[in-house]
Amino acid sequence: MWRSLIPIAVFAVLVWFFNRGLGMDPRIIPSPLIGKPAPEFSLPVLGDRSRQVAMADYRGQVVMVNVWGSWCSGCRAEHQTLLAIAATGEVPIIGLNWKDEDRDAEKWLHDLGNPYQVNLVDVEGRTAINFGVYGAPETFLIDKQGNIIHKFTGPIYWQAWTEELLPLVRQAKEAT
Amino acid sequence: MIPELGQFALIVALILSVVQGVVPLVGAQTGNRAWVRLAWPAVSGQAVFVFLSFACLVWSFLQNDFSVAYVANNSNSALPTLYRVSATWGAHEGSMLLWVVMLAFWGVAVAARSKHLPEMFAARVIAVLGLISFGFMLFTLMTSNPFDRLIPAAFDGRDLNPLLQDPALAIHPPMLYMGYVGFAVAFSFAIAAMLEGKMDAAWSRWARPWTTIAWVFLTLGIALGSWWAYYELGWGGWWFWDPVENASFMPWLAGTALIHSLAVTEKRGLFKSWTLLLAISAFSLSLLGTFLVRSGVLVSVHAFATDPERGRFILAFLVTVIGGALALYAWRAPLLKSDEGFGKVSKETFLLANNVLLIIALLVVLLGTLFPLFMDAMGGGKYSVGPQYFAAVFVIPTIPLVLLMGFGMHSIWRRDNFSRIARRLRVPMAAAIVLGVALPWMLYGRPSVMTAIGFTAGLWVIGTALFDPVGGLLDKSRKVRVTRGTWGMIVAHFGIGIFILGVTATESYSIHRDQALRIGESIEVSGYKVTFESLKPATGPNFTATEASFVITRNGEHVVSLNPQKRTYRVQRNPMTEAGIDGSLARDLYVALGEPLGGEAWSMRFQYKPLVRLIWLGCIFMGLGGLIAISDKRYRVVVKKENKASGREALAGGTS
Amino acid sequence: MTARQQRMLIVVLVLAGVGVATTFGLRAFQENLLYYYTPTQVQAGEPPLNRKFRVGGLVVPGTVGNEPGKLEKTFDLTDNGAMVTVHFAGILPDLFREGQGIIAHGKLNDEGVFYAEEVLAKHDENYMPPEVAESLKQIHGEEPSQ
Repeated sequence: MWRSLIPIAVFAVLVWFFNRGLGMDPRIIPSPLIGKPAPEFSLPVLGDRSRQVAMADYRGQVVMVNVWGSWCSGCRAEHQTLLAIAATGEVPIIGLNWKDEDRDAEKWLHDLGNPYQVNLVDVEGRTAINFGVYGAPETFLIDKQGNIIHKFTGPIYWQAWTEELLPLVRQAKEAT
Repeated sequence: MIPELGQFALIVALILSVVQGVVPLVGAQTGNRAWVRLAWPAVSGQAVFVFLSFACLVWSFLQNDFSVAYVANNSNSALPTLYRVSATWGAHEGSMLLWVVMLAFWGVAVAARSKHLPEMFAARVIAVLGLISFGFMLFTLMTSNPFDRLIPAAFDGRDLNPLLQDPALAIHPPMLYMGYVGFAVAFSFAIAAMLEGKMDAAWSRWARPWTTIAWVFLTLGIALGSWWAYYELGWGGWWFWDPVENASFMPWLAGTALIHSLAVTEKRGLFKSWTLLLAISAFSLSLLGTFLVRSGVLVSVHAFATDPERGRFILAFLVTVIGGALALYAWRAPLLKSDEGFGKVSKETFLLANNVLLIIALLVVLLGTLFPLFMDAMGGGKYSVGPQYFAAVFVIPTIPLVLLMGFGMHSIWRRDNFSRIARRLRVPMAAAIVLGVALPWMLYGRPSVMTAIGFTAGLWVIGTALFDPVGGLLDKSRKVRVTRGTWGMIVAHFGIGIFILGVTATESYSIHRDQALRIGESIEVSGYKVTFESLKPATGPNFTATEASFVITRNGEHVVSLNPQKRTYRVQRNPMTEAGIDGSLARDLYVALGEPLGGEAWSMRFQYKPLVRLIWLGCIFMGLGGLIAISDKRYRVVVKKENKASGREALAGGTS
Repeated sequence: MTARQQRMLIVVLVLAGVGVATTFGLRAFQENLLYYYTPTQVQAGEPPLNRKFRVGGLVVPGTVGNEPGKLEKTFDLTDNGAMVTVHFAGILPDLFREGQGIIAHGKLNDEGVFYAEEVLAKHDENYMPPEVAESLKQIHGEEPSQ
């Protein structure tokens, strides 16, 4: 009788392990940059390559840096949300156009709408590296002192904005 | 409109699967025949709507409907038609739908062939299949709906992953899923038997062909995957012990054990509860495979979309299906007593040893696959288990397995005598040992101990498999009537022998050289001279490529010109290596182009792989053997006779 | 030999076989366990010398170099904290690119250079979690208000 219980006992142990394994999302990569100054950069602007924008230009403002590319399906998924966030006027969104062709990126913005205050072209991909970008989309919140206060991995959805990002943005805006 | 129709059809199918899963089971339990009979129309209806739903998705792909998110993510207007069809199951959502389609197909097949089965029993089998369908459809609709719209629609699709744009990989998932899902039938048979509390020889005879056909599909599916990896993915490797591969190999091992244990249960009425456990395990491991591949608990080089939420659902599903089955097993298995014994040396003993060794092999693979997960869950850090572990440890149970295979084939039921079998097989044994050392030595050079063991094992299996047929040919007076079932066994075992020879030769005598070459330069590798002749651009329907030309000569004679490519697909822009392969039964020559190294030089890889094609040829023979075995007429004629009797029995049971 | 002795002999042989097999198995298992380290851990000297392990990180743009016409190449890997130089004599995988996440198998030499036997590029740059479908529905269903 007891022998026939062995299989289900073994299975129960396996399930326990699987459940623990599921709790550990292999995609969650802690960013060592949280709380540290955002990397300095000075990059050309999409659509007007002669203009350069630097991180330092935003000192004293809370900004959201969004890493995207027209090749990235997750970016398409979050695009509506970004447009909605831009419409609220809570925080300027700076686009970091990553591993993309200018032409494709411009067509994307033209067809889908442009939530970005400005889009920067990361030609070498070095700025993305400095930000510790593993994939797209990724979004960073930067406070008035130029420190990274939050990193959001994957497409932003409305609930994540209202519950996770917006409170941080408001808090950062109130701080001096 | 079509995608909405597809989604609607899937919802209808979901509802019908509830009817199919619940009503007949309740009917069988309470003796309501009308309810029992509802199983047939329900399974047919469910299948019609599932097929309709799938057809809608295929249609969306053919029409380049990029307002469907799944289509936009996995297709492109420049994608050739064949790949637009295969893109349907090219990613997660569609492959789940394919799984449901396969399950519906098996459900209908069982229903159509169920005239031979007692009504009550067949209804239970169909109902269990319905419950499994329900789980998968719910999963598809809730977490991975392929019909989700993308608003606004994409201008063009993201294209199918270039790795998947290949004929072998177009049919690999359907084959593999036919196998995986086919084990659901054996599983349902096991559940139905436990519900009835009865498991006789007739049960095994019904379950055997279904198990074998599923195993055939799985064998061919795995072989196709390996073949694809060989020429498309792995730079000439044919098996990587990657979690995704192991996920398909573990159900295969369990299924192989099940086929053998079913033979004993059918012929001798033994190993009953063990057979049930294997039937549950084979399907459970198929589900586990899905879980491992889809949930992201194990990170794999086959980068399918991974996702913990889906993992949660699958885990809950696993707990329900497997946990439920094992609980039923714990309750009912003790009732199934085998009353007969068997001799210490007998066919039963050999088949028992076969099962034990196959399960050890299965545990070896399971341990290696799950160990990183265990360590991580225990907070032990991030480990991985190298492929060398599998290669080294897997042979430990398989060497005795192969040795016993030869004896087992020639043993008799109940009681046998070891010296009788050994005396009978002394010729193939001596031949295998002598040739196992001499053959590789003559062909390729001095063999290592493992190489000699490998060749001996392969020849031993081939020799013992062919011993009776060849003996029959030589000695006309010895007229033995060989059934189709036996022929199937002979052919499948012959395939294993061929497979072992292929693996041993490839692993022992392959030569591989990575080299930097300029145009006009050449390298000499064991008699072959490979010259880098030229480099030119090439184009395909949705890619551009750099194509090299390599001329291979041997002793001054032209052997072949190979044209490997480095492709860049227009949409996804990943470079892809398309190797140049000259294949023959005796050896493959393999040239792949790496990357430009500056100074007009390119990196390239040259490989010489002796007998590598025997690996897949062996698998084809195994599959062929399975097909021959199920064509045995005893699965039809005898069953029919018995059925009348048991049909009446069931009737009586239903009305009482 | 009596039947009893025969049986004893078989039992001893089987036990010996199982013992040898288990020993081999465990040894193979231990030798092929590969631990994963980040470049920061490598720089801190955590991984043992002369034992194989895996290191993963992003390929630093501009650091991939080889002598023209030679197969051997080096590149730097970073986890945004530290860097480790990787040496590899072979053909890089198709998905290998600057800025890409990769994993290398190999050993560390005395000078802190990682000699890779194998380089795997398997990172998927495209995130697509399940909440997305949900959120898309929400956005289209009701225009978000403040």
